[in-house]
Amino acid sequence: MMLYDTLVHPFVEYGFMRRALVACVALGLGSGPVGVLLMLRRMSLVGDAMSHAVLPGAAIGFLIAGGLSLPAMGLGGIIAGLVVALLSGLVSRTTVLKEDASFASFYLASLALGVLIVSLRGSNIDLLHVLFGTILAIDPTALYFVGGIASFTALVLAIVYRPLVAECFDPGFLRSVRGHGSFYHVLFLFLVVLNLVAGFQALGTLMAVGLMMLPASIAQLWARTLPVMMAISAAVAAFSGLVGLIVSFHFGLASGPTIILVAAALYCLSLLFSPSGAFRRLFPSRI
Amino acid sequence: MMEPRIRLENVSIAYSRNLAVKDISGSFEAGSLTAIAGPNGAGKSTLLKALMGDLKLQSGAIHIDALQPKDFGYLPQAAEIDRHFPLSVADTVMLGAWNRSGAFRGISRAAAERGQSALEAVGLGGFERRHIGSLSAGQFQRVLFARLLLQDAKVIVLDEPFTAIDAATTRDLLAIIHRWNDDGRTIIAVLHDFEQVRSHFPRTLLMARETISWGPTETTMTTSNLQKARAMAENAASEQPERLAG
Repeated sequence: MMLYDTLVHPFVEYGFMRRALVACVALGLGSGPVGVLLMLRRMSLVGDAMSHAVLPGAAIGFLIAGGLSLPAMGLGGIIAGLVVALLSGLVSRTTVLKEDASFASFYLASLALGVLIVSLRGSNIDLLHVLFGTILAIDPTALYFVGGIASFTALVLAIVYRPLVAECFDPGFLRSVRGHGSFYHVLFLFLVVLNLVAGFQALGTLMAVGLMMLPASIAQLWARTLPVMMAISAAVAAFSGLVGLIVSFHFGLASGPTIILVAAALYCLSLLFSPSGAFRRLFPSRI
Repeated sequence: MMEPRIRLENVSIAYSRNLAVKDISGSFEAGSLTAIAGPNGAGKSTLLKALMGDLKLQSGAIHIDALQPKDFGYLPQAAEIDRHFPLSVADTVMLGAWNRSGAFRGISRAAAERGQSALEAVGLGGFERRHIGSLSAGQFQRVLFARLLLQDAKVIVLDEPFTAIDAATTRDLLAIIHRWNDDGRTIIAVLHDFEQVRSHFPRTLLMARETISWGPTETTMTTSNLQKARAMAENAASEQPERLAG
């Protein structure tokens, strides 16, 4: 009974816990595979920058909707994220700055602008919600939104899997066969922004990238093929959500940071015990 | 009907307004086997990238006659490819079927069999399920050659294909290059090893940003031409990069 009370009862008893759990699973299914591709493209920090870049758009959505409305803030976030991605690409092509440097500049400006806009009208509580998320406050509309993004992501990844992999692995080859690599690059950035916006309500702008990159890093430590990496990444993200929600429920902790810390703990364990982890390297014959 | 050839007409290429390649003119005849040689920074790889359409020309033109872009197969420098990407050997080779399968169509049984034959031709039969990260540099280069075999291109463009490759692999891959050439394919390869150029490539473009000499290897790779190329490269390195006017 104790196990049931600890692990199952919160989800049976409380609708907000069930919605939060479904949101975590959906976020995992979308963000997990996207995170793996982002990491393999050596764009982890760009993902981090992008998660902050969505803030001004989300803040404008917040102002227009007059409060925390995920569809309004999500749409604003998507537009802002794409604008920053395109501007960063433009800057890197027309100046001596590399794409990561221009991303860093844009995201700092975006973060400052977003916080300023929210603080113009909203309270400190609103600002905290925007920065750190409110996964327990996810309503059915927000759930459909997150689920829709996860479904769309899975569908697009299934359709463009081959060109995305080719573009990621050997962009020169894809150019040589006129494979429209730039189109797939932009489409991929669109998926990144979309999934960051989906993670926005749950984890806030500062941690939305957490469920994307930590599970992806864990997956890379355990698997050697891309499909398995994507599956592990999605499963770890969903599992982190489940454990994070249970821990936060029983100990009265903030749920968003707890979910990310669970993923971080799994990452630390993987660093030590995975096939390519530290123990295997230090003691190759014993493990 | 004349066989298609690739003609360069006063080709100049610039990075951020600094000239990397200046005023190169000449032809790669159909079925020719040409090395592009020159000191470091001579613009050899830049010229290849322009040939593949990756870089815009500052001025001049590249004419490919009746050839289509899909007729070109390209092997980039090893450093441009992520060798630890989580792909199997078979999946990497099957990318060579792109011109037939494209981004979305399935891989046919016939294409899969051609991929298998290509792997066997480069001496990697049985390696299909191996992860590319577990291969040596030489084995990985063999995989990329198998991908080129599957591409079945009329023009094969190789950028430093033997860098950091063991002697046995180099010998095997050179044999494949000769077989391609015997089949009538045009081969263009950037090479560092001048002995390799003299032994295996009948024609050479020797360049140091601009053409030093382009023609039969024995008349191109002379001591005086090589000294001239080195001197021009050293001058270019010690001077400010040549800026475009305007």
